[in-house]
Amino acid sequence: MVSLVDMKINQSGIVIKINGGAELVRRLEALDVRVGKKITKLSSMIMRGPIVVKVNGCQVAVGRGMAKKIMVEVNK
Amino acid sequence: MKILLMGNPNVGKSVIFSRLTGVYVTASNYPGTTVEFTKGTLKFKGEKAELIDVPGTYTLEPTCEAERVATEMVKEGDLIVNVVDATNLERNLYLTFQILALKKPMIIALNIWDDAKHRGINIDLGKLEELLGVPVVPTVAVSGEGIKELFNRLEEAMVPSRPTYTKEERWVQIGRIIDEVQCVTHRHHTLIEKLEDASVQPLFGAFLFLAVLTASFSIIRFIGEGLIGYVFDPFFEGIYAPLIMKLSSVLGSGGIFHDILIGKLINGSIDFGQSFGLLTTGLYVPFAMVLPYIFSFYLILGVLEDVGYLPRLAVLIDNVMHKLGLHGAAIIPMILGLGCNVPGALSTRILESKREKFIAATIMAIGIPCMAQTAMIIGLVGSYGGRHLTIVFGTLFIVWFSLGLILNKIIKGESPEIFLEIPHYRIPNISALVKKLWMRLSGFLLEAIPLVLIGVLFVNILYMVGFIKLISNIAAPVVTYLWGLPESAVSALIVGFLRKDVAVGMLAPLGLTAKQAVIGSTVLAVYFPCIATFVVLIKELGIKDTFKSAVMMITVALLIGSILNLII
Repeated sequence: MVSLVDMKINQSGIVIKINGGAELVRRLEALDVRVGKKITKLSSMIMRGPIVVKVNGCQVAVGRGMAKKIMVEVNK
Repeated sequence: MKILLMGNPNVGKSVIFSRLTGVYVTASNYPGTTVEFTKGTLKFKGEKAELIDVPGTYTLEPTCEAERVATEMVKEGDLIVNVVDATNLERNLYLTFQILALKKPMIIALNIWDDAKHRGINIDLGKLEELLGVPVVPTVAVSGEGIKELFNRLEEAMVPSRPTYTKEERWVQIGRIIDEVQCVTHRHHTLIEKLEDASVQPLFGAFLFLAVLTASFSIIRFIGEGLIGYVFDPFFEGIYAPLIMKLSSVLGSGGIFHDILIGKLINGSIDFGQSFGLLTTGLYVPFAMVLPYIFSFYLILGVLEDVGYLPRLAVLIDNVMHKLGLHGAAIIPMILGLGCNVPGALSTRILESKREKFIAATIMAIGIPCMAQTAMIIGLVGSYGGRHLTIVFGTLFIVWFSLGLILNKIIKGESPEIFLEIPHYRIPNISALVKKLWMRLSGFLLEAIPLVLIGVLFVNILYMVGFIKLISNIAAPVVTYLWGLPESAVSALIVGFLRKDVAVGMLAPLGLTAKQAVIGSTVLAVYFPCIATFVVLIKELGIKDTFKSAVMMITVALLIGSILNLII
């Protein structure tokens, strides 16, 4: 299990845990980033910029602080 | 009877609204184009009903101002048209389920149906209707496909008889529905999809940004200058000026009436930049100096908006914006502000916190000149050479950036992180582009021209009654000692409250040196917002914060004018 920040570019996996309060879970959920979802990391901007992931074929930009709290089981 | 159009951001609610009511609302390809609701009417069961275009929201548990507007609106609706993006059914259904729980009559418009098919997403409509218990109509709002059916089936909208689920159950139900109705055929990535993925890579993204920026500026300048040089100037100088000269001699080449309508003759002839009459400078400024640039700017902005480039820029620039206490999405109010500060200030509603809204609105109002003003600065300062233009816009950029840095330090609180849906790239629909451009241009002409004329009239009257002279004497210490401008520049500062373009235009007849033109233009850009922007700032920030913002503007104007006066 790694956080979104530690995932490699183009790696996919399943979200298994969100290390945050109800508020964060709710915000992420609105864009369908939630436990059980398949997620692919597309890129990571330089200088601690956001991370772009693909969920349901749609791109979503996630700030680094949030991304750190999204834990993913990477597909082997 | 109130019918609400609701759905996630960027699913095409505004386009459907325009199609159903004939009332135009701006639509673009990025989340958060609509931040206020718009009302229109349509016929429903033989009676007049109100249709409301509600700002997009992902959830009925709001996280920003635009979403709060949506959550408040939903209570008032008698019937809900839930617009759903067919290319992202699963996520969209989350809001659908929340709305279903309100037990209001509902119908679903399954929009972007064409793109879903292209992407190999097949949705079983009959099954979806059966499982949700409400009618589902596939639509392609941009082309108008399915809109008639949606309209005809509005009265079939119904309250589904289904239990209310807990949140966990909701996702389970959504999962089940997706499994049953949706089938995605696997296929190779298209060129557009490859470009979508490449655009968010740091290196390619930066390269693309530079290319887009350079191309945009060059095209805006090329079209703007071209229209002025080959269309408007020849018309005004060749056709219009002789007519006005005739009128001038009819009026006796002088007198109060002549001076208000035609203005002062410069060396016996009309100078559209300097005469300052209603029929000369009053029409020349908005039509021949500003309109060409407004046209070219909004043409390019419309393309960038509809392609879906702006959210990608937001991601690329996110870490820079964090230094200013904002996040990447705040680049959208800034870019809109380059056109006109009013929509710029309104769009700060897509930002999550009050702190962010304040910082974004303040630095925009100070450091981002609108296109009308920019066009005038190009006309005035540009005549002294491009280097001076660089000083004006460079200074404004530095002011914008450093004020953001300072505000981020002194205002308590943190800046929220970016969390943004990046829409698919779309090839813009030409008629939608033309319509949007036309609405923006006519908006400019209808709102700006009366104010420009009032401004010009106002200046003439103030001169005649001696008011300008009085104020000039009072303000002379600041204007002459601190900024090194002639006393008469005060009149520009007064008119700047009304319209910044006229104000910059008023510097033209003063015979300024290059240095004075640079200082005058820069000070005019920062010292205070125009009246239209000021009203919106009060509405968006409240009186107290607008006052704070205004104090900063005046302080910055005093400082930056003095600094420029010392160093150049």
